[in-house]
Amino acid sequence: MSEEKYIPKSKLAEWFDSRLPLLSLSHHLKSYPTPKNLNYWWTFGGILTFCLITQIVTGVILGMHYVAHTDHAFESIEHIMRDVNYGWLLRYVHANGASMFFLAVYIHIFRGLFYGSYKAPREIIWIIGVIIYLLMMATAFMGYVLPWGQMSFWGATVITNLFSAIPLVGESITTWLWGGYSVGNPTLTRFYALHYLLPFLIFGLIILHIWALHIPGNNNPIGIDVKKNSNETMPFHPYMVMKDITALLVFIIIFFWFVFFAPNALGHPDNYIEANPLVTPTHIVPEWYLLPFYAILRAIPSKLGGVIFMFAAIFVLVLLPWLDTSKVRSSIFRPIYRKFFWVLVATVILLGYLGAKPPEGIYLVLSRIATAYYFIHFLILLPVLGRYEKTDQLPMSISDPVLDKPGLIDKFKKAAGKYEGDNVKSFK
Amino acid sequence: MLNLLNRIILTIFISIIVTPSFADEQHSHGANTNYLNTDWSFKGIFGTFDRASLQRGYQVYQEVCAGCHSVQHLSYRNLSEEGGPEFSVEEAKAIASQFELEDGPNSDGEMFMRSARLSDKFVKPFPNVQAAAAANDGAYPPDMSVLAKARAGGADYIYSLLMGYEEPPSGFELDDGVYYNKYMAGNKIKMSAPLMDGIVEYADGTEATTAQMSKDVTTFLVWAAEPHLEAQHRMGFKAIIYLIILLTLVYMSKQKVWSRFNSKEESEEEAFDKAERMVTEYEGEDPKTFK
Amino acid sequence: MSKKLMPKRRDFLFTATYTIGAVGLVSAIWPLIDQMNPDSSVKALSTTEVDISAVEPGKTITVLWRGKPIFIRRRTKQEIDEAAAVDLKDLKDPEKDSDRAKNPEWLVMIGVCTHLGCVPLDNKGEYNAWFCPCHGSHYDTSGRIRKGPAPTNLEIPKYEFVNNNIIKIG
Repeated sequence: MSEEKYIPKSKLAEWFDSRLPLLSLSHHLKSYPTPKNLNYWWTFGGILTFCLITQIVTGVILGMHYVAHTDHAFESIEHIMRDVNYGWLLRYVHANGASMFFLAVYIHIFRGLFYGSYKAPREIIWIIGVIIYLLMMATAFMGYVLPWGQMSFWGATVITNLFSAIPLVGESITTWLWGGYSVGNPTLTRFYALHYLLPFLIFGLIILHIWALHIPGNNNPIGIDVKKNSNETMPFHPYMVMKDITALLVFIIIFFWFVFFAPNALGHPDNYIEANPLVTPTHIVPEWYLLPFYAILRAIPSKLGGVIFMFAAIFVLVLLPWLDTSKVRSSIFRPIYRKFFWVLVATVILLGYLGAKPPEGIYLVLSRIATAYYFIHFLILLPVLGRYEKTDQLPMSISDPVLDKPGLIDKFKKAAGKYEGDNVKSFK
Repeated sequence: MLNLLNRIILTIFISIIVTPSFADEQHSHGANTNYLNTDWSFKGIFGTFDRASLQRGYQVYQEVCAGCHSVQHLSYRNLSEEGGPEFSVEEAKAIASQFELEDGPNSDGEMFMRSARLSDKFVKPFPNVQAAAAANDGAYPPDMSVLAKARAGGADYIYSLLMGYEEPPSGFELDDGVYYNKYMAGNKIKMSAPLMDGIVEYADGTEATTAQMSKDVTTFLVWAAEPHLEAQHRMGFKAIIYLIILLTLVYMSKQKVWSRFNSKEESEEEAFDKAERMVTEYEGEDPKTFK
Repeated sequence: MSKKLMPKRRDFLFTATYTIGAVGLVSAIWPLIDQMNPDSSVKALSTTEVDISAVEPGKTITVLWRGKPIFIRRRTKQEIDEAAAVDLKDLKDPEKDSDRAKNPEWLVMIGVCTHLGCVPLDNKGEYNAWFCPCHGSHYDTSGRIRKGPAPTNLEIPKYEFVNNNIIKIG
């Protein structure tokens, strides 16, 4: 499938397109060549776009009813839940939508890690992605403050206090963030303004993310370059569109299950208690999607150190394209990396679990081990593996018949294993 | 090397799954979290409220709890709305008119008292949190509008707490005005046992046992916290059925569309056959030998 | 040849998918629109009671109902006679005064000009009753439009006399 140039069908279309090439753009998006072997893990880009749009639409609507004032915020949420037509639906979609957004983004990120999508020539896509992820966390955090429940208030207090760890100017920065001497009304109103603004920045970055993607084209499960103008690719529309929608619907079913049947399962009960600056909840925990970083923060025994490590845990992702020195992208052909990938997944899940636990006893020990491993994975294992790992033979092209059926790859490898040594090279 | 790694991964995953079970025990600070088991009609995807129970629950709330606990986000009109206790509008009006609240200012600039209307929020027993705490020995009786959502365990917790008053075990020290409750965190609660058999008289003749009243008032509180629960369940069921139908259609369409592309290629079957022949050649007669 | 036959079945499948998808999309959009309609707390505030015992003849009081001014005027005998004497043929929006005031002494109207929503002034205009300063609509002592751009008479809300001193609006 080659990507043909857009040829206007009418004089009007030609007139318009020569002035503003929207029609060319739409033609490009439709005919954009995608590798035909993309699996369902590749549908999360589309799912994430859906998530962002859902959050923006429901968010703008909630903004029509929400009152950003410490005296009225909690009450206005109850007003939305009780009085506004379909208000409960819109709020539950927005609240659970945030969780689903992060679920999808984590799958998207780990897919990139597994298939080496961050490697040349896709470093910029990856880095923009990390920035989007950072902004998502900031947006989600500020959004969680808006209902002005106990977790909102104390979460805001704890997170903004992180900045007080900065030497010399820390105190002034927190005071500046709060607009007072504690989290209060000025803090709430600025968080509301920023919570409204950041999604649009994310939207802009997503356009850049997709733009950067469309230059080299998609990576694929095999991880070797596809020939763009060949039968190795298929046009985005209708093939990938249909596949994306299929996956999206499965995603929405799970999403709606939470919205209608377990809308508060992912939230914390304490956030239904109105904020009270005099009483701290027994355990302050962020939303589940921030827990791994919260665990890292608490694993480090020094205040400043914790903050540094927490931010470093995200920043290390920016450097990932250069830390991973392996030339082979897909971990299908990297037997050792593949194992470590799963260890990393397990570590992050473990960190998430530990983030919800009090930082004491065995939890603290485990958090430290997991934090250490997290950094070892990126800073030591990846550079070393890239140098010494013996990767499997790459196929010549993604249309290698062997690859059409996933199980066959393993069979081939097993078969090859028997002859390991002398004729593994000749097998192919 | 790889086998060792496999084992490590497996161990980590298993430990993640197993640790929560022992961890939670240790974490609960002496409160019993094995809540009493009750069949709630509102649980499950088709869950609806038991109207009679809601109406009785309102009565228990009004006669027992309302002296100290507000439900400030509930309005009298909610009592007659669909999906709630569904009192008739007249009944709800009559209920509202029993309460007085301050309104104003009038044209003379003065505040005045009037009886409540359907559009008013439930009248609070105390004007503010401080007054409520002061009247209750320093412990603020929490507003109960969203109580069922504000406590881990929800309905089960509230029900268990109401049923959980006991004599303290020997050696357990209690200050004056503090009571022992099996389900309260730390087992100390400042609210004395609010219910006892026969404390209210149900109009519908139901016997007002502590268990019955606890169940009714808990149902009422769950509704107060989630007044649209029934609509939510109804809509959710429809939405998910719809999505499953649409998913089926979309998936079939997708398969059709993709078959267009695939038919242009070398037949997939042929490719598989070829590949499988190659595998068989290497595997020999018994594929099991490769492990 | 089989390819020629295929399109029909495909078309049916695609049409069904599109149609069902469109139905879902439309139903998903409705809550997004309906949320802007008056919510249940606003709808519940639909009645207000007004004490009229202190209103002198020839005076108007203005109260707020659903965010709009309500004129309650205790009309003088002369005003009532004037209003009743008008020939319906002279009216742009013919309505009998007796249909507009349940009790001739009391005229209860929504104080919003039917032209573009300004609030008319009382004891003004050619009929010495109500006059809208925005675009010059003149209303008579029964609140009927007599001159100017307004298309209809001042609207009468739903109201009732609870007793001699109290009017319940809504």
